[in-house]
Order: sequence, then C-alpha cells, then structure tokens
Amino acid sequence: MIRFDSVTKVYDRKTRPALDSVSLEIDRGEFVFLVGSSGSGKSTFLRLVLKEELATRGAVYVAGQNVANISSWRVPKLRRGIGVVFQDFRLLPNKTVFGNVAFAMQVIGRSRGIINDRVPEVLKTVGLEGKENRLPHELSGGEQQRVAIARAVVNNPGILLADEPTGNLDPTTSLGIMKVLDKINQNGTTVVMATHDDDIVNEMRKRVIELRNGVILRDEAKALYTSMLPVVRANGDDGVPTATGRMRAVSGERADALAKEAGL
Amino acid sequence: MRLAFILGEIGSGLRRNLSMVTSVILVTFVSLFFVGAAGMMQMQISQMKGYWYDKVQVAVFLCGDNNSPAASCASGPVTAEQQATITTMLESPAVKPYIESWTYESQEDAMTHFREQFKNSPIVDAVSSDQLPSSFRVSLVDPEKYRIIAETFSAVPGVDSVIDQRQLLEPMFEIMNNASAVALVLAGLMIICAILLIATTIRLSAFSRRRETGIMRLVGASKTVIQLPFVLEGVIAAVIGAALASVAVWAVAQFFIVGYLAERFRDVAFISVSQALVLVPILIVLGIVLAGISSAMTLRKYLKV
Repeated sequence: MIRFDSVTKVYDRKTRPALDSVSLEIDRGEFVFLVGSSGSGKSTFLRLVLKEELATRGAVYVAGQNVANISSWRVPKLRRGIGVVFQDFRLLPNKTVFGNVAFAMQVIGRSRGIINDRVPEVLKTVGLEGKENRLPHELSGGEQQRVAIARAVVNNPGILLADEPTGNLDPTTSLGIMKVLDKINQNGTTVVMATHDDDIVNEMRKRVIELRNGVILRDEAKALYTSMLPVVRANGDDGVPTATGRMRAVSGERADALAKEAGL
Repeated sequence: MRLAFILGEIGSGLRRNLSMVTSVILVTFVSLFFVGAAGMMQMQISQMKGYWYDKVQVAVFLCGDNNSPAASCASGPVTAEQQATITTMLESPAVKPYIESWTYESQEDAMTHFREQFKNSPIVDAVSSDQLPSSFRVSLVDPEKYRIIAETFSAVPGVDSVIDQRQLLEPMFEIMNNASAVALVLAGLMIICAILLIATTIRLSAFSRRRETGIMRLVGASKTVIQLPFVLEGVIAAVIGAALASVAVWAVAQFFIVGYLAERFRDVAFISVSQALVLVPILIVLGIVLAGISSAMTLRKYLKV
C-alpha cells in the first residue's frame, strides 16, 4: 500500500537529511506505529505519503503509484484515498459535529443524500451517535478527536495517517481512541500512526518502525515501544521475535551497522 | 451540491471581508471610470474630426490691397490674369487627382460669410469687403495631402498664402488628446491600485479561511473547489465596481454631454448615449480581467494545492 524506495528528503542542504535513504513497505490492511523522538523524520514520512513534500532522492509509492508521477491536478485524487488525523484535531469551530464530518464530503462534491446516509454511520463507528449537533467547544478532547477521525475516514480512504492522535489526551481517553483506530483497521484500512505514547504501543502489540535521525533503527512485528535488544539482524537468528521478514528492503550492511550501534 | 457549496463559501467570504471588498469595489469603480472617461474623450475626438474634416478646406488666399509681405504679392493685388493661371493649375493633371472640388470666393462672398459668422459682434461694422481677401476654397480627396497643394500654390504670383483649415482645429484636438492621455495615466495608476488591493483582499480572505482550505486540501478537494471561491470573490467585487463605472459613464453621457454640452453648443457634434454605452462591455471585461490577473498572482503564492 505504501512503499519507500531508498527515499532521501533534504530540506536544507547544510543540515542532515530529514530522511536518509529509507526503504520500507507497508501492506494493505496493516497497522503500523511510527516511533522516534522529535526530528527523527516521522512527520516528513507522513508528508511524503501525502505528496505535501517531494522526495529529494528515491521513490514513494502509494497504492502502487509513484507519487512523483502524479500530476498536480490529480493530487486531490491521491489525497481522497488517504485520511489524516492530527494531534490538534483541526476541527472547524463554527460547524457542528455533523457539519465538520459532512464538510469532507461536500468539498469533493458528494450529494446531500449520500452525506445524510454516510455521516451518521461513520459517527456511530467512532462512538459519537447522538452528538451530531454539538459544536466542537462543547466536546471533550477525546470526542473532538473522534470527530476528526470520523472526518478522516468518511470518504472510505484506503490509508489512515495519524500524527500523534493521542498527544493531547489522557491515557484512558487515548485508549478509547486506539479502539476506534483499531476498529477502522479491522474494516480493512491501512493505519500508520506516528506516536510518542509508549503505553499505547506496548498495549497494541503492532508493527513498530523506529526512526532516528532520518534512518530506520528497527522495524519489528508485534513489538514494544522500547526495542527488545538485540533488535535487527540481517539473518534474524537470535531467537527474539524480530521483523526480519519485513527487513527485506533494508540492506544487510545497514542492518549490521544498526545492530552495532545498538550495542551488539 | 458542489455549486451550492462554492456559492455558500463566496457568500461567507464576502461577508467576512466586507470592508476590504467595499474598497475593492470603489477602487475598481474609480479606475474603470477613468478608463471610460478617456474612452469617451477619444470617441468625442474622432467624432469631431469626422465632422469637421469633411467640412474643412484648404484656402488659397489671393493677394489683396493690404500690402501682404509675401514675395508672390510683390506686384500688388491679384490680377485677373494671375487668377486665370491659378484656375488652370487647379484643373491641371498634376493637381486635379487630389482635389475633390473647388470654389472661388470673391471678396463680397467673404464679406457675406464673415457677417454670418460674427453677426452678434460689433466687429462686423468695422470691416469692409475690400479688407477681406478673395480665395480659392479647395476640398481635398484626402485631407492629409494638404502639403501638395501648399507647395504647388504658395509661390505662384498673386497667391498670398495657403492655409489648411484643419490646422486651426489641431490645438483643440491636441488639448482633448492630452486630457484623455492624463485620464488614461490616472486610470493606469488606479488599475495598479485595484490589482494590488484585490490581491491583498484575496490574501486576507485566504488567511482567514486557512483552516477550511487546509482541511479541504487534506480530504482531496479539487483545486477548483478550493480556489474558485477566492477568485470569484475578487471577480464579483471587480464586476460590481465595473458596473458602477458603467453607470457613471452612462450618467456623464446622458446628463453632461447630451443634456448639457449638446444643448449649449448646438453646432458641435457630440457623442450620443448609445455610443458611450459601447464602453460598458469593455469596462466589465476589463474588471474581470484585472480581478483574474490579481487572483492568479495571489493564489499561486498563498493557496497552493
């Protein structure tokens, strides 16, 4: 669904690249946590998928298409296939819950009938039935984030990108949000979530890709927030559940170098 | 659905930016009114040129009793013989093709015309017919070819001077041309103002709606849906300005030119209201074009998709 082919992104030539020949593949229907400290390249990763930025080198494929080859007038079509959720919700303060979710359908020209059918359905999925006519400031943070998620998935995107969606929420509320995201993932949507929230990562036990200074530090299936060392081995013979199967795109030397860095 | 959505966006944008939109309307109104005024002035000039140039002639004045300093008058007043030579020259193949018609105006004819022209002035009583020169009045096929007649006749004995009556009108046309040039320069400055002001308005509008447009981009709204409301906001304001300018042009034509000037100066051909209204579509199109230019400039910079 998403494939990075030795992607490098340089914003400013004087500093190090935000992403440095990153290669990875995320399959349809996967749930992936993108972890790493601030400045590790998580947001750049998400922006490259949306074609908000273009890769300096390498190729980004979304749904089998090299985004560099998508002409500017077809970028909206790419974005209709991707839902996005942010830490700060980004709701329209003067629109009701229903209006905020409907907005995403109005602007791509859906008819009123379809909107009136689809919006209550998706609000039910995120657990907001009965709150259609509330304004954002009348909702709790968790409820606002549910509205944002509803808006992101109302057009049935194949991919949902979430940039620290629980960053502003308390642990209990976060867990509720994770249940919603998991439910959306169960329905077949690929979910990529950038996060700092170790509790959630440890709870969910999904694939974890850790970035540091623009390179992939580890890529493990059913992993924890802090890696269980030894992490990456090109041959994966250390008996620890690792993601070697997924490391096919990472070269052997790079994996070894990373393992050495990690203290092996 | 999408159309209704875009219209709603335009409405809310116009309401939110009411003061800026008002200033855009006024600036476009003033600038386009100057364009219209310059246009009317040019129409008036060509109208008057057409009217007068049909009537004006080249006058070949003959020597009279008043001791003209011209060398060709050295032998005193024109003789019948000299007059006959000039008549022959007017009919000669070298000059004939340029001449449409010619008439001889004797001193008595000149006096009659003079009396008509200055009938309300006491000067009439002070002038007698022998003070006025006799002349040949020549209408040219092409009034621009005045020089040929002047060169042919000015040195002929008995000819005092050759005068192109058109030259008497030139200063007036020059004044009008200058006035319309000034109007055009002012219009140009105001149009620059209008373009910058529309650009600023769109920028403000885009800034105040950046949440909405940001979300629209993310959910994959097309460039048209995102940008059209901003473009149309500018276009609507500019078209209202152009409509006001058109009304002003009409009012000037109807009440000032037709209602006042034409009444006052009955022997001058003024443009009619319907002629002035030809400017209206030009002004409207100009308004749309300048709104289009400024929004294209702004959106490329501030509203990337």
